[in-house]
Amino acid sequence: MASKKGILSLNRSVFSWHHSRLFATMSSPRPPPEKSHYGGLKDEDRIFTNLYGVHDPYLKGARRRGDWHRTKDLVIKGTDWIVEEIKKSGLRGRGGAGFPSGLKWSFMPKVSDGRPSYLVVNADESEPGTCKDREIMRHDPHKLLEGCLIAGVGMRAIAAYIYIRGEYVNERISLEKARKEAYAVGLLGKNACGSGYDFDVHIHYGAGAYICGEETALLESLEGKQGKPRLKPPFPANSGLYGCPTTVTNVETVAVAPTILRRGADWFAGFGRKNNSGTKLFCISGHVNKPCTVEEEMSMPLKELIERHCGGVRGGWDNLLAVIPGGSSVPLIPKSVCDNVLMDFDALKDVETGLGTAGVIVMDKSTDVVDAIARLAYFYKHESCGQCTPCREGTTWLWMIMERLKTGNAKLEEVDMLQELTKQIEGHTICALGDAAAWPVQGLIRHFRPELESRIKAHADKELRQGLK
Amino acid sequence: MLARLASKRLLEIRQAFRQLPQSSRSLSTALNYHIDTPDNNPKVPWEFSEANKPKVNEILSHYPSNYKQSAVIPLLDLAQQQHGGWLPVSAMDAVAKVIEVAPIRVYEVATFYSMFNRAKVGKYHLLVCGTTPCMIRGSREIEDALLKHLGVKRNEVTKDGLFSVGEMECMGCCVNAPMITVADYSNGSEGYTYNYYEDVTPKRVVEIVEALKRGEKPPCGTQNPERVNCGPAGGNTTLLGEPTPPPCRDLDAC
Repeated sequence: MASKKGILSLNRSVFSWHHSRLFATMSSPRPPPEKSHYGGLKDEDRIFTNLYGVHDPYLKGARRRGDWHRTKDLVIKGTDWIVEEIKKSGLRGRGGAGFPSGLKWSFMPKVSDGRPSYLVVNADESEPGTCKDREIMRHDPHKLLEGCLIAGVGMRAIAAYIYIRGEYVNERISLEKARKEAYAVGLLGKNACGSGYDFDVHIHYGAGAYICGEETALLESLEGKQGKPRLKPPFPANSGLYGCPTTVTNVETVAVAPTILRRGADWFAGFGRKNNSGTKLFCISGHVNKPCTVEEEMSMPLKELIERHCGGVRGGWDNLLAVIPGGSSVPLIPKSVCDNVLMDFDALKDVETGLGTAGVIVMDKSTDVVDAIARLAYFYKHESCGQCTPCREGTTWLWMIMERLKTGNAKLEEVDMLQELTKQIEGHTICALGDAAAWPVQGLIRHFRPELESRIKAHADKELRQGLK
Repeated sequence: MLARLASKRLLEIRQAFRQLPQSSRSLSTALNYHIDTPDNNPKVPWEFSEANKPKVNEILSHYPSNYKQSAVIPLLDLAQQQHGGWLPVSAMDAVAKVIEVAPIRVYEVATFYSMFNRAKVGKYHLLVCGTTPCMIRGSREIEDALLKHLGVKRNEVTKDGLFSVGEMECMGCCVNAPMITVADYSNGSEGYTYNYYEDVTPKRVVEIVEALKRGEKPPCGTQNPERVNCGPAGGNTTLLGEPTPPPCRDLDAC
């Protein structure tokens, strides 16, 4: 009976999965019964209360905003309690991949074999469209430092390295100042916060390489080499920085941890749909009336996010052409999808894109969308580390074909050729940069194929007319 | 069918009117090789200044003593600041000596990362972000305005040695697009700044350049008077009150 019931419910879940996939563009996926609308976060539920930098970012101001409150007790609660709470809160990594954070932290060795463990914070924020970690580092640096200690305890790490991108010079200076303050009053260092746990935080920086945002490339760069991703396995949790167990996490993931522990996992899990819980920093750039970074509830409808916080799309919602919802690496979605889509990992996956880093790039009808994607293709060509042939050569080809498609100087078959080329890159490289380069172009072909073809035809007609003259 | 016809026709036309290929591989942003010149060869003496030596030790103190190589990027950065914005090969050799590795290990790093300049730049190195979020908000006009005003090409230094203009990929300031960065190498590593000028217009960047020329330091950050940092134009709509500490549950009970 039990097994029959199991099969029935399996059937139902398969059916509903198909259902939501098929009709994802028309109706939003099923909401849970208790809450049917997300968004409109209240100020008291925002974690980053100094996001805009109107208040004092340093220790005195941070303490007034509740940072470093009873951190000692949180540390004393111990590793297992911290990891369990983070698991319960449903926090998923904020750096793009959306891997459950509690689970990731629990991969670190429970008993040391003599090697120390490290926490590495990925502050190499270079994804086009994303600028959230910058605000944390310059306006709420103590949230990050406290998070380092908490996450460090959660991983049994002895030290944290914060790897900041080289361009964030001023952000690094504020973080260094905050670090000095924390050391001066004993919040970090030996016997951090009086808890008996020794924990150091070091600040390291890069020098302008997008690829160093990939975790193993970041470790290579931190070891003083070219930022070229490593083959996995071994995974960093077994052999990472200096050959020691390491976990690399995003700034935002680390910075929200203390607040989650203080307010409780249930509080955090109460936001957003199931498996997409929490609050999130969204960066909305491009053709909106008032671009801004804002902390909002997960699963908020994209349209509401843009209209409530950014004054709407330039020229009204009907002037919208397409949106890249999660930083440049995810495929774009046309207006028809934007009308109803929710901003969370699963809803965006259902419409064949992703939440990524939640860097929303809005493009209105004045945009030359082929040009916009061609510029991204150039970006990936520029940033490819050159280690894997499909990516090194493929990104250059992608860019060259995209440049010709801009003016339509191509053959109609070349659209399919381009699609085939992206498939040859995707999945055939060590790291995800190859995939990231392929997806925006795939998204363009998926949603704007008629545009590409009409450009090619118009160009052919023009050539023909010139030929006949 | 139609597609095949059109492409066939296109192919014939193409063969009759062969055009030069539009794109070439010569658009790379930096040289990957070194040629000895009188001011850039291994024989030119180079050392960290007395003022910077404590900084070198401070940088090294963050890494395990058997992994000094980790300090290569911060040290190259310091060397670049000290040398007026670019890295001669002898500075790379000096860094290699400090971190006790073969010089090639340092050359590899210096050629890989885009913030290391291996040719002279202006005292004020202006970098325009050109990636899509800035591009769709007009970064090309910004760069054109700068190049036209200074009368140079990209990566070329003005005759007085004050300015050069380069393009960078996404600088992580997309909600304040378009933006430029001014890397100020006019006062060595002590006076070094790397400031973002956000929400700029073609007119505003020219004003910034003129102010720098006069020796002023125009205020960095957003150039839109209606904005506070990354907040929306016209004043913030969230986080308006004095922030209060979030409620903390009873930690002893859980």
